[in-house]
Amino acid sequence: MKPQTINFRSKASQTMGDEEVQQAIEHVYTGFFKGRLVAAADTPDWEELRTKGKAIKDHTIAHLDYYLGLLADNVEKNGGSVFFAEDAEEARKHIIDLAHARNIKTVIKSKSMVSEEMALAESLNDEGIETVETDLGEYIIQLANETPYHLIAPAVHKSRKEVAELLDDDFKEGDRVPDATELTMMAREKLRGVFERADMSVTGVNFAVAESGSIALVTNEGNGRMSTTVPRVHVAVMGMEKIIPSIQDLSTMLRILIRSATGQRISTYVTMVNGARKPDEEEGPEEFHLVIMNNGRQKLLADPQMRESLNCIRCGACLNACPVYRKVGGHAYGWVYPGPIGAIVTPVMTGLKDASNLPAASSLCGACHDACPVKINIPRMLLELRYRSAEGSTDSAERTSSASERFVWKSWRIGMMGRKRFDYGAKLARLILRPLARNGWLRKSPPPISGWTSTRDFPLIAAGSLRSRLAKRRKKAKS
Amino acid sequence: MPENPSNPTIPDRVTLFASCMVDQLAPAVGESTVDVLEHLGVTVDFLDDQTCCGQPAFNSGFRSEAFPVATRFIEIFEKVEGPIVVPSGSCAAMVRNFYGDLFRDDERMIGRARNVGDRLYELTEFISSFFGTDAVVGQLSDDATYHKCCHLLREIGIDEQPIEMLSNIDGLNLTPLERDDVCCGFGGAFSVKMPDISSAILDEKLDYIESTGAKTVVAADTGCVYQMQGGLRRRGSDVQVVHIAEILAMSIRNASGAGAKR
Repeated sequence: MKPQTINFRSKASQTMGDEEVQQAIEHVYTGFFKGRLVAAADTPDWEELRTKGKAIKDHTIAHLDYYLGLLADNVEKNGGSVFFAEDAEEARKHIIDLAHARNIKTVIKSKSMVSEEMALAESLNDEGIETVETDLGEYIIQLANETPYHLIAPAVHKSRKEVAELLDDDFKEGDRVPDATELTMMAREKLRGVFERADMSVTGVNFAVAESGSIALVTNEGNGRMSTTVPRVHVAVMGMEKIIPSIQDLSTMLRILIRSATGQRISTYVTMVNGARKPDEEEGPEEFHLVIMNNGRQKLLADPQMRESLNCIRCGACLNACPVYRKVGGHAYGWVYPGPIGAIVTPVMTGLKDASNLPAASSLCGACHDACPVKINIPRMLLELRYRSAEGSTDSAERTSSASERFVWKSWRIGMMGRKRFDYGAKLARLILRPLARNGWLRKSPPPISGWTSTRDFPLIAAGSLRSRLAKRRKKAKS
Repeated sequence: MPENPSNPTIPDRVTLFASCMVDQLAPAVGESTVDVLEHLGVTVDFLDDQTCCGQPAFNSGFRSEAFPVATRFIEIFEKVEGPIVVPSGSCAAMVRNFYGDLFRDDERMIGRARNVGDRLYELTEFISSFFGTDAVVGQLSDDATYHKCCHLLREIGIDEQPIEMLSNIDGLNLTPLERDDVCCGFGGAFSVKMPDISSAILDEKLDYIESTGAKTVVAADTGCVYQMQGGLRRRGSDVQVVHIAEILAMSIRNASGAGAKR
């Protein structure tokens, strides 16, 4: 998927002006966010689980080479094949070649954000291989020719009416809008035939367990289980960070992932795949392929300030908690990963220069850090990326700050480096702004405060600083 | 940091860090802070040289500009001993939590920053941990609601304590605010750089504020106070947004005076 991060501001303002979408996104708060709070409150050892989850991920990422090797060995021992893809292009080509070599006609996909990095469904369809998304949300998005809006709820921005229009060719304006169950049945009917004729599946990986060479899939619709059992070829795709050492770790990670994602204690399905059908088994795919993709993750790994972002288990909790995401929506972020986690990984994976607005668009409220099941300190990394784009601190080509912005902060520093200047600067600002003020407030102001006054009144600088007021108090107290 | 409020050594002298915003934009908040502390029997010193902790530039990414300002802050406040009190969770968070990143290449500065940071308290944190949330008993007739400022809540960890403090004010009718822990959209330079997004977040906050029917919103950080007040004014609303130091100081004055209303 080609990054469109440069369009953040315009995409954001488009979404903020769309009442219907704004209303639809509310669900991430009223549904998912609140659900997570309830689930966490019902879990007595919740904070311990988070600490444990963070420790598991810290350890794994610190020894990623070892665990990737172990995983690959064990997948092969189980009879599967492993392909390490340097980037999305390599991964895509590998999967297309696999499909062509096996004369595949129909591919069913279950949800995978990594496959979005490859724009896989689109590419396979372009190759003449019918490829259908089977996660309901992803299916809706595919019909709408859009990209996912949310990590776990790709079509959360779509109203029921829009979904009806996509699923039912006969749906007309004024018709009764079907309810969620009816819509699901419509999709189910359409998808059933595809499931039956599919000869290959592509699924994501929620966790790859290194010690057993197995993959775990978390779904609520059963499409994941269909995908891993019905077609004769199963291809699983994963980012190289989606790995954990042991089955014991899986128990911890599933508990925090599912509660953080939807507020469920466990999802409807948790599917474990240990490779293809064994010679003495009657069911399951004939072949199992695991594609492990880098595509910029190595950059995060090599970057001590940003490495923690690889701990992400893609639950979406930071999106649900984020006041910015809930206003600007998922598409504004311009690539595969929206919300706070997208704002830190996308700039590193696709280039900070075009994506500098992503870390800038944050009030640093810290709700993401609070919500993260593995306690990723997202605000700290947003600040790191701001540093890089303001001052080009790691790579001068990353600098996006304007000369006037740099001038403002230089002047600010000069003004703050002495008390006399500080008071003088405040007095000067008051002198300039005072004619514009009424009752101590400004409705309009010159730059740089004009951004503020475009939507809010701004307070006039006070007539005397606290220092001068306290000096007067001391005098009065003495006399 | 004293963890046990029931058995701390109660300080009788503190140094006030005003914060640049309070110093120049809201000196009344600073004076109220002094009033409240003095009411609790604490002598308040003010270091005349102080300006800013460096957070605005740091948050905007301009660390080379923030660095000397933060260094200057440490130089000024390491000269005094004992607790330092600031009426801002955000500035407290900068010194306590973010100086580590700003000074990460300088072990010595990190140590000096920690020396100051370990003694720095946000106002309501200081009162609740040394004196308890019931220490200030004032009087004020008003309908109010309380907004939880993000850095105070999530970086400093002060959650319900200010609400408990407000509930001790006689005559103050406190209505809970829906989504009181959701950001108001301020975020420092973010509010100027991306006013559309900042205001969209603010609008949701203001809708919830107006639905409480309260006449006064209490918050503990000046930036958030002005964000909400500026937005309410633009809406034509009469709702006032007040820093918690001010409402505490007013209620103390009322209780000790002739029961005057604000």
